[in-house]
Amino acid sequence: MNSGKIAMGVFWASGLITLAILVIVIGHILLNGMGMISIEFLLDSPRALGREGGIFPTIIGTIALVVVALVIATPIGVGGAIYLAEYTHRGTITKIIRAGAECLAGIPSILFGLFGFAFFVIFLGFGWSILSGGLTVACMILPMILRTTEEALKAVPNSYREGSLSLGATKWQTTQNVVLKSAAAGIFTGIILGAGKVAGETAAIMLTAGTALRLPTSLFDSVRPMSFHLYILAMEGLSMERAYGTAAVLVITVLIINSTTTLIMRYYTRALRG
Amino acid sequence: MTNKIETINLSLWYGEHQALTEVSIEIQKNMVTALIGPSGCGKTTFIRALNRMNDLIEGVRISGEVLLDNEDIYADSIDVVHLRKRVGMVFQQPNPFPMSIYDNAAYGPRIHGIKNRGKLDEIVERSIRAAALWGEVKDRLNKPALALSGGQQQRLCIARALAVEPEVILMDEPCSALDPIATTKIEDLIQDLKKEYTIVIVTHNMQQAARVSDMAAFFMMEEDRAGVLVEYGPTSQIFTNPEDKRTEDYVTGRFG
Amino acid sequence: MYRHYKERIVKSVLFISALAAIFVLGLITVVIFSEGLPLIAKVGLFDFILGAEWRPLAGIFGIAPMIVGGFYVICGAMLLGVPLGIACAIFLAEIAHKRIRAVIRPCIELLLGIPSVVYGFFGLVILVPIIREHFGGPGFSVLAGSIILAIMLLPTVIAVSEDAIRSVQRTYKEASLALGATHWQTIRNVILPVARSGIMAGVILGFGRAISETMAVIMVLGNAPIFPQSILDPARALTANIALEMAYATGDHLQALFATGIILFVVILLSISLINMVQKRDMA
Repeated sequence: MNSGKIAMGVFWASGLITLAILVIVIGHILLNGMGMISIEFLLDSPRALGREGGIFPTIIGTIALVVVALVIATPIGVGGAIYLAEYTHRGTITKIIRAGAECLAGIPSILFGLFGFAFFVIFLGFGWSILSGGLTVACMILPMILRTTEEALKAVPNSYREGSLSLGATKWQTTQNVVLKSAAAGIFTGIILGAGKVAGETAAIMLTAGTALRLPTSLFDSVRPMSFHLYILAMEGLSMERAYGTAAVLVITVLIINSTTTLIMRYYTRALRG
Repeated sequence: MTNKIETINLSLWYGEHQALTEVSIEIQKNMVTALIGPSGCGKTTFIRALNRMNDLIEGVRISGEVLLDNEDIYADSIDVVHLRKRVGMVFQQPNPFPMSIYDNAAYGPRIHGIKNRGKLDEIVERSIRAAALWGEVKDRLNKPALALSGGQQQRLCIARALAVEPEVILMDEPCSALDPIATTKIEDLIQDLKKEYTIVIVTHNMQQAARVSDMAAFFMMEEDRAGVLVEYGPTSQIFTNPEDKRTEDYVTGRFG
Repeated sequence: MYRHYKERIVKSVLFISALAAIFVLGLITVVIFSEGLPLIAKVGLFDFILGAEWRPLAGIFGIAPMIVGGFYVICGAMLLGVPLGIACAIFLAEIAHKRIRAVIRPCIELLLGIPSVVYGFFGLVILVPIIREHFGGPGFSVLAGSIILAIMLLPTVIAVSEDAIRSVQRTYKEASLALGATHWQTIRNVILPVARSGIMAGVILGFGRAISETMAVIMVLGNAPIFPQSILDPARALTANIALEMAYATGDHLQALFATGIILFVVILLSISLINMVQKRDMA
C-alpha cells in the first residue's frame, strides 16, 4: 500500500472518530436525560437540596443571568464595534482596543469569577447576587459581541454607506438606517451566541452569584443557574437522574441556540435578496 | 448661460499621488457635462470632489476651490451634509439599500425629516416616475429593491437621488454595469432630467458621451500626476474638431 | 448646530463603549494583581511557583504540583486532540463529500457550544468509571482529564484549521494536481505548508481553551494537590485550585488563590502573544 492510501484512510478514520465522539457525548446525555424531562421537572421546585423535585428556580436563575448580561454587554459591545468599524480609521487607539478585546476574550472564566468576586461581590458590595453574576458574565461576553458585531459591520458593502451619505445623510443616520439594518442578522447571531455562553457558564458564576435554590425576587438575590446545579447534583451525588435531566436541558438549549442563529441568517438573507 | 459649478485650480492628492492637477472648469446649469478620458485619468476623483465624497478616503489633500453657485464648498462654513443634499450622486454599481423599493426612494426625504405618510407617498411616486421606473414597480413597492434587475436598480438609485430634490446630479459611469437596453433607458432618462437638473456624468464610452452630453471635458494622466484637464468645450466640437492633438487621438480611438 | 452636536455626542458615546473592553481588562488586571501580589511578595515568587506543598490551612502555599499536574493533563490532551483535530479538518476540507461535511460541521458547532460542565459530567459518569474498572486507580486521573480536554479542544482545532485549509487558493491545488501530483502529495506538499500558520493558530487556541478550562477538569481530575506519578493518578489544575477553595478561603489563603490567578493570567497572556507572533510572521 502506498502512503497516499494510508493517509486517506487516516483522514477518513479521524472524521468518523470525531463524529463518533459527538454522537456518544450528545447521545449519552440526551438518552439518559430525556426521560427525566417533563413539565413537572421543568416547572417544579427542587426539594431536599435537589434530590427530589424539579429545576425551575435554576432555569429562572439562568434566564436572569442571561438577561442582565445581555442588557449590559449588548449596547456596550455593539456601540464599541460601531466605533471601531465606522468611526475610526486604522490607528493606534483602534489597535490597542482590538488587542485589549482579544486579550479579554482569552481570559479564563475562572479569572472573571475571581475578579467579579473581589470587585462586584466584595468591593461594590453587591454580594452573591444576580447583579454580581450578571455583571461578571457581561464582562466575559463583551469581547465576543464586540467582535461578531464588528465583523458583521465590516461585511456591509461600502456602496451602501456612500449611497446614504451622497443623499445628505449624516454619519449616524447612515449607520442607524443602513449599516446597522444590513448587519442586523450578524449582530443578532453574536448576541445569541453570547446568551449561549452565559447559559452554559459555570466557573465565573459560582464565585459571584452564590448557590441559593430559591426563586429570586430581586437583582440582589443569589441564584443558582442550571449549569452550577448540574455540577452540585453530580459532584455531591445528590441525584444522578436529575443531573442527567439538567444536562439534557443544557444540551437542548445549545441546540436551540445554534439552530436559531442558522435560521436568522437564512431568513435575513432571503428577506434582503427577495 | 449660467455657471452652476466652477472649479478653480483644483488639485487633489491621495497621499503622495497627485490625482487632480489644477483643474479649472465651468459646469453649466441645465446641461449634461460628460467627463471622458482613459481609466485612471482622474474623472471619478474629480466628480467625487464635487460633493466631497473624497472626504471619506483617508489621506486625501485638496487645494484650489470648488464653487457651487459661487460659494466654495470646501470652506469651513459649509455643511457637508447640506452640500450632499444639493449635489446628488449615482454610482457605478447600482447600490440600492437592502430595503423595499418604497423605502429606498423614501430614504432621503425621511432622513431630512419628512414623516407624513401622504407626503412621502407623493415624493416616492414623483421621483420614481421621474426616473422612468414607475410603470415597472408600482405594484410591488414593498418588495426588496435587490430583487430588481440591474437596470431597474440603477433607475431606482436615480429616483432615490431625485427624491432629495438636488440641484446637481453626479453620475459616475452609471451604465458600466448594465446591458445595452438598460443603458438606452438611462440615457433617455438623462435627456429628460437635464431640463430640471444640472448633470455631470463620467463615462468611458465615447458614443455615450457623444449621445447624451452637451459639454465634454477630456482628462488625461501624465507621467507623475493624473487629473490633467486637456480640453473642455461643446461636445460636438470635442468630437469633431478638437483643438488638442491628444484629444483627437483619444476620441478617434488612437489610444486609451 | 443641533445636528453637529448630536453627531458629536453619538461619537463620544460610541468611543466610550469601545474603551469599555480595555477598561474591563485593566480593571481585571488591577484587581487580581492587587489581591494576589502581597502573598507572592510574602512567600516569594520562586517558593510560590516551585513549592511542592499546598497546605493552605498551615500557611504553606506551593503550586508546583498543580503546574506539573496541569502540564501533564494538557500535554495529554494536546497529544490526543491535536493530531485527530487536524486530520479531521483535512478530511472535512479536502476529502469529505459536501453532504458529509454538512452533517459534521454543525455537529462541531454544537460541540463548541456545549457547556464545559456538561463535558465534565460526561467524564464523571462515563470516563472515570471506565478508567477505574479497566486500568485501575481511582478513575479520577490525569488520563480522564486529558481525554475530556482533548474532546473539548477538538472542535476549536477543527473549526479554525478547516477554515485555514479552505482558504488556500484553489489555483495552488490545481497547479499541483496538473503537474501529476496525487491528492495526498498535494495536501502534504502544497496545502498544509500554506495553511500552516492558520492551523498553528487553531492549535494554540485549542491550548488556550484547555488551559482555561475549570469545570470539566474539576469533575474528572480528583483534585489532589500532589505530583501525579502516573497517568492514572489524580491531579489538580490551577483553575480548579481557585474554584475549589474560593468558597471558604480567607486571609492569606484567599490571597494565595488570587496569586494562583496571577500565574494563570500570565501564562494565558503569553500564549495570546504567541498567537499574535505566529500570525504576524505569517503576514510578513
